[in-house]
Amino acid sequence: MSPQANTPLQLNETASQTGGPYVHIGLAPEQAGFEIFEKNFGNVLVDKNTKGERIALEGRVFDGSGTLMRDVLIEIWQADAKGHYAHPADPQPSTWRGWGRTGADFQTGLYRFETIKPGRVPGVQGEMQAPHIAMILFARGINLGLHTRVYFSDEAQANTEDPVLAGIEWAARRQTLVAEREKRDGAVVYRFDIRVQGPTPAEETVFFDI
Amino acid sequence: MPPPAHSAAPYVMRDPALHAPALAPGYKTSVLRSPRNALISIKHGLTEVTAPVFSAKELGPLDDDLILNYVKGGLPVGERIVMHGLVHDSFGRPVPNALVEVWQANASGRYRHPKDSYIGALDPNFGGCGRVLTDADGHYRFRTIKPGPYPWRNRINEWRPAHIHVALSGTGWAQRLVTQLYFEGDPLIAGCPILRTIPNEEQIRGLIALQDTGNFVELDARCYRFDIVLRGQRQTWFEGR
Repeated sequence: MSPQANTPLQLNETASQTGGPYVHIGLAPEQAGFEIFEKNFGNVLVDKNTKGERIALEGRVFDGSGTLMRDVLIEIWQADAKGHYAHPADPQPSTWRGWGRTGADFQTGLYRFETIKPGRVPGVQGEMQAPHIAMILFARGINLGLHTRVYFSDEAQANTEDPVLAGIEWAARRQTLVAEREKRDGAVVYRFDIRVQGPTPAEETVFFDI
Repeated sequence: MPPPAHSAAPYVMRDPALHAPALAPGYKTSVLRSPRNALISIKHGLTEVTAPVFSAKELGPLDDDLILNYVKGGLPVGERIVMHGLVHDSFGRPVPNALVEVWQANASGRYRHPKDSYIGALDPNFGGCGRVLTDADGHYRFRTIKPGPYPWRNRINEWRPAHIHVALSGTGWAQRLVTQLYFEGDPLIAGCPILRTIPNEEQIRGLIALQDTGNFVELDARCYRFDIVLRGQRQTWFEGR
């Protein structure tokens, strides 16, 4: 018998490192200013066949001094309008991908996704979660990608029932995860600004250890 | 080996001791870009155990070949290398069909990016990014030019060791990982403030690719091995009450 016999196998996850200032080269090369791939991943999740309410999700990201983080790279992952993910673990896998990525604009700091409003997805115990979009941020100075969630201001009732929001003990902080619905030239835009640090503990966006 | 079952079981929780803290003042940019509140820990639902599934059809034939994928009439300058390794989870299972995306500086230590103003020359034949899916055994490989080290503004005479950025998308959102790989024997590794944000020597060693002499390509390219571990998904045993 080897001395390792009966030892449960659990390897260490590879250590995370910052995406750095040039993260766009790898994840959004067109934004870095050059064309290299035939097919690029981007911020438009919808095409003419996508079912569901068309929305734009946009906002800016601020550091602890209130300065715009114009170099941030953001990815989102969401269910379709009926609450299904395009993944074999979903009982009824969606045919719509529901994933996108973009960098903030180097001048304005604004990020923007064109997507649909997701449906409700069951939570851990089968209870329904409020419609939400999972989001992760990578940037220079961020050592481990920051996970957050986007909820919707016109879903007040569903939001009060959501187990993840309810699990945030500081009720004042839940509001940092709610995107504000606006109408602009007839189109629905949800505004979701992110405060990576402060300015006060209550105003800092909630980030998750998932 | 059969493909892993796609279950809704949770992934093992992340061990923060294996990673840099958000606030690591030796890497100055982290000071204003680190949350001050604790992260809120949540149980995994479908959102966390699902993730985009990528297909080979989305990638081009040269996406895994950084030596050729940006040529404009000549070959890029620098040391030709092949990078390869296994992507497996923390229970040792291979992660097939994981998307591995890489980006890097050229042999001069210069990035093809509007924000990089380093005097090191751009190479007209080198873009600096690539991507590949792992095969059924969790193996990936790509070919590139060994990146050069370069100075950066942290302290005034700070130098990054040669490195390649690597982004991994596995089978669950909870596995998403962005990291950097380094090269065995680089004397800049010991003093790198970004690498030193990781408070664990074993974890730092895990980011250093080792020279794989047995897989050198004759009269062509050297080879380095870099394995990656993503979080494992728990088995669904004895569900119910």
